[in-house]
Amino acid sequence: MNEQHELLRETLERLFADHLTREVMEAAEQGEWPAALWKELEENGLTQPLLDEDSSFDDARVIFEVAGGRAAPVPLAETALAGWLLRGAGLDAPDGPISLASGESLTLTEGGRLSGSAERVPWGRNAPHVVAEVRGEDGVRIALVESGAADCAAGTNLALEPRDTLRFDRATVLACAPIALLQEGESLRLYGALVRSAQIVGGLDYLLAESVRFVGDRVQFGRPLAKFQAIQHMLAVLASETAAAGAATQAAFLAADRGNAAFEIAAAKIRSGEAAGEAARIAHQVHGAIGFTYEHALHFATRRLWSWRAEFGAEAFWAETLGVAVAARGADALWSDLTAR
Amino acid sequence: MPQFQFDHHDLPPAAEALRGEVRAFLAEHLADYPPALRAHSWTGFDAEFSRKLGARGWIGMTWPKEHGGGERTAFERYVLLEELLAAGAPVGAHWISDRQSGPLLLRYGTDEQRQKILPAIVRGKCFFCIGMSEPDSGSDLASIRTRGEWSEGDSSWVLNGTKVWTTHAHSCHYMVALVRIGTDPKERHEGLTQFLIDLSTPGIGIRPIKDLAGGEHFDEVVFENAVIPDSMRIGEVGAGWQQVMAELAFERSGPERYLSSFELIRQLVRVSEKRDSERLRVAVGRLVAHIATLRRMSISIAGMLEEGLDPALEASVLKDLGTTFEQEIPEIVHELLGLEPSADSGDEIHQVLAYLMQHAPSFSLRGGTREILRGIIARGLGLR
Repeated sequence: MNEQHELLRETLERLFADHLTREVMEAAEQGEWPAALWKELEENGLTQPLLDEDSSFDDARVIFEVAGGRAAPVPLAETALAGWLLRGAGLDAPDGPISLASGESLTLTEGGRLSGSAERVPWGRNAPHVVAEVRGEDGVRIALVESGAADCAAGTNLALEPRDTLRFDRATVLACAPIALLQEGESLRLYGALVRSAQIVGGLDYLLAESVRFVGDRVQFGRPLAKFQAIQHMLAVLASETAAAGAATQAAFLAADRGNAAFEIAAAKIRSGEAAGEAARIAHQVHGAIGFTYEHALHFATRRLWSWRAEFGAEAFWAETLGVAVAARGADALWSDLTAR
Repeated sequence: MPQFQFDHHDLPPAAEALRGEVRAFLAEHLADYPPALRAHSWTGFDAEFSRKLGARGWIGMTWPKEHGGGERTAFERYVLLEELLAAGAPVGAHWISDRQSGPLLLRYGTDEQRQKILPAIVRGKCFFCIGMSEPDSGSDLASIRTRGEWSEGDSSWVLNGTKVWTTHAHSCHYMVALVRIGTDPKERHEGLTQFLIDLSTPGIGIRPIKDLAGGEHFDEVVFENAVIPDSMRIGEVGAGWQQVMAELAFERSGPERYLSSFELIRQLVRVSEKRDSERLRVAVGRLVAHIATLRRMSISIAGMLEEGLDPALEASVLKDLGTTFEQEIPEIVHELLGLEPSADSGDEIHQVLAYLMQHAPSFSLRGGTREILRGIIARGLGLR
């Protein structure tokens, strides 16, 4: 871990400690937009880490990981990706949170208007702007629209993060351009999978730290749970899964900086998604009944992990994507393809 | 809380350049090597093949030139190892000497020992086995009872006791044995000392132990008043425990901890080429994601070794993840394809499955059981 990452991590941890209270978490679950938290993030320059020409995915990873670990109920990853897409299309990014929309029915109609619907749009009701990925015969275009121009049907994921359906009917497009950043076979879903992997890694770090702390404090049969071998071995597995997800995800972010990252991103989403299920299982097991209550904070992480691992393609989706590619290349190319990455 | 650090490392160009050389060598020397033998991975014993690798400078390649080494980087060695393993090359003859006995002598051996042994290892002409486990001491290694008594008259140690599960002892020249000196039962760790043992020494009996598949690759080695000169002691009297722990860290960090079933994965991909099956493709994609991740972690450990760091904890994490992965491959193939594992089948995948089904249980035993590794990881987490 380099010093710049360490500094960024500390800044974020401090900011979340001050502004992301239990009260804010619960209010967000009731549907309240955490405006003060977002303002702090924006004023500290943490909301558009991919906007500059020389910005790097691997630096932005730290933001996604820490925000994921703190279960921050704001579209940080979405706004960052939206900024990156707009830059890639040569368009300016508006201030404030920006969400992401994709859907097969999205089309640009004559006169530059957007029609069609996009499902599971993160914070679609809160983000004033939405970046839509529109696929047409002439390639992929990025369209910037106001979310107010859409019909919004509210929905949530398991963690009660807004996941809304936006229906556009000849909505005014503020700006639109083709995007070369999304290369052949790449998509918004791919990069969505990338940022979700980092958020998952943050969630895993949190589960590990909290579980280690809890089993050190909790006494049963006259000794801390940490002294029981059965507990030790479960936490060893949790730690190893966390390490594997972290390594796969870092490799994916570095690949994204180089370009041509489809393999690494798919691998990261598969590996982190698999770790998420295992880690949530273990964290809940060692926490016992208290961890199953709403009062305890564990669920803020575990409900997110169960949702995030499915968003932008679950393990099975990306595994099949990789499996198709591997089968097409054949057994004789398997090892040389693996080592070429 | 301590974090396990698997920082990303890219392989340097020199290491990638070596990859091509190794592949060309393997294509030439293993052209007709059957998949059922490739499945033996790093337990396949072929002294002639080891000599050929030695001639290429591919044993002890990171060691100092004064001892015959190549002073190459840990990354180059990593590439060599992963290429050999992915091809299923028979590297078992020299594997232990290259991986742990040579590095142990480099670190703790005397000049005389290094000059005598290391150049022979490098040429692929000197093979080692490990004398740690005993009939009553497996995971509880510090309870070993093989004893050395000092014989003042000839400055020697007289060894008595039994070592077991000693891989390829019957074909090796030397053993590095962990031996108890002194009789104070309180000195569980302090009494342990390592010796370099010439297996042709009188008083040493080697008897094969048949494994569950009928193979005889490991042995029981019995010491009956075997006289070992003090010049064959490795390190100080009583330093054995600490040295063994360092040695095991080497043993746990390499790509052999996740590639043991690679031949079966290759066979599975071959089936997926021709079969239109979603569940097969999903399974293959998942396996590939796992290998890619384990490989990144293993390269990260090579990077730590290159930087002179001590990756003992990370090595335990990798070994637990890696052996769990390689162990589940025969189960996954069984579930997907429902083939009968059969050594006498004419089909390659049946043969490979037959070998790995029977040998996979050993993957999470050899070099420290899964339970021992998880204990080490838990200690790293501050739980014990």
